[in-house]
Amino acid sequence: MKSAVILFPGINRENDAIAALEQATGTKPTVVWHGETELPKTDIIMVPGGFSYGDYLRCGAMAAKSPIMRAVAERAKAGVTILGVCNGFQILTEAGLLPGALMRNASLKFICKNTHLKIENTNTRFTNQYKTGEVVDYPVAHHDGNFFADSETLDRLEGEGRVVLRYCDANGVVDPATNLNGSQRNIAGIINEAGNVLGMMPHPENAIDPLHGGTDGRNLFKSLVEAAS
Amino acid sequence: MKARVHVTLKNGVLDPQGKAVHHALQGLGFAGVNDVRQGKFIELELDGSDVEKARAEVKEMCEKLLANTVIEDYSIELA
Repeated sequence: MKSAVILFPGINRENDAIAALEQATGTKPTVVWHGETELPKTDIIMVPGGFSYGDYLRCGAMAAKSPIMRAVAERAKAGVTILGVCNGFQILTEAGLLPGALMRNASLKFICKNTHLKIENTNTRFTNQYKTGEVVDYPVAHHDGNFFADSETLDRLEGEGRVVLRYCDANGVVDPATNLNGSQRNIAGIINEAGNVLGMMPHPENAIDPLHGGTDGRNLFKSLVEAAS
Repeated sequence: MKARVHVTLKNGVLDPQGKAVHHALQGLGFAGVNDVRQGKFIELELDGSDVEKARAEVKEMCEKLLANTVIEDYSIELA
């Protein structure tokens, strides 16, 4: 199984993405630089986290317009599995591959800690190895993870089962008190209409080794492999 | 020709930064401030003198990059 990791200037989580994909697929992913215009043929594309272009203008705005993103958009249309984490999620929304936008955290603080998440939909190629309603523990590290979309879009996302992850507590309680960053309806991750593109703020690639403090993220990558094989 | 672009959050989109600035102003004793909305100001130096052409081009720049129309509105001034 082949995968690719897209690299923009200012990205700093690419090695974590590479490690997670290699662990799950058994093959080292190809790293593709932002200035490239073509992608190798792969089953999975990951847009990792970091601070592309120093978060100038808006997080992900510049990266979303870089040459490689045209190729990524084509692959998205062709149904290739695309995972955007953290800055990767911001880039995918800025590129129009996912709806909504990620705004400054409601607390205005950079949040770097572990958080609980509820897996809301297991019928996706990203979550098929989890149980519905399962509560997982992933790290988050972001300043702009406050998901916003108009209420019509939110209702549509909910109605189509496209809200895949929500911030919650250890018991799976989803309410304003367990809303990490002010995201509307506690949304931490969504998929596109076709179900092949997932964007999420938390970092599953940083929960794949006991040394990370937990391995809850492994099943996300295992899900990708299951779906593609 | 200069183009001045103001990018502001849409009505109904919460602005936590504006809110924090508002609190800070109140802390400084400015009691008469009802609301604060924070935005961006972008100045562009453009070729040519055709105002309508420039306006159309800057509008396209706003739609494609300078603003995120999911959450932001923009206005363009040319001089």
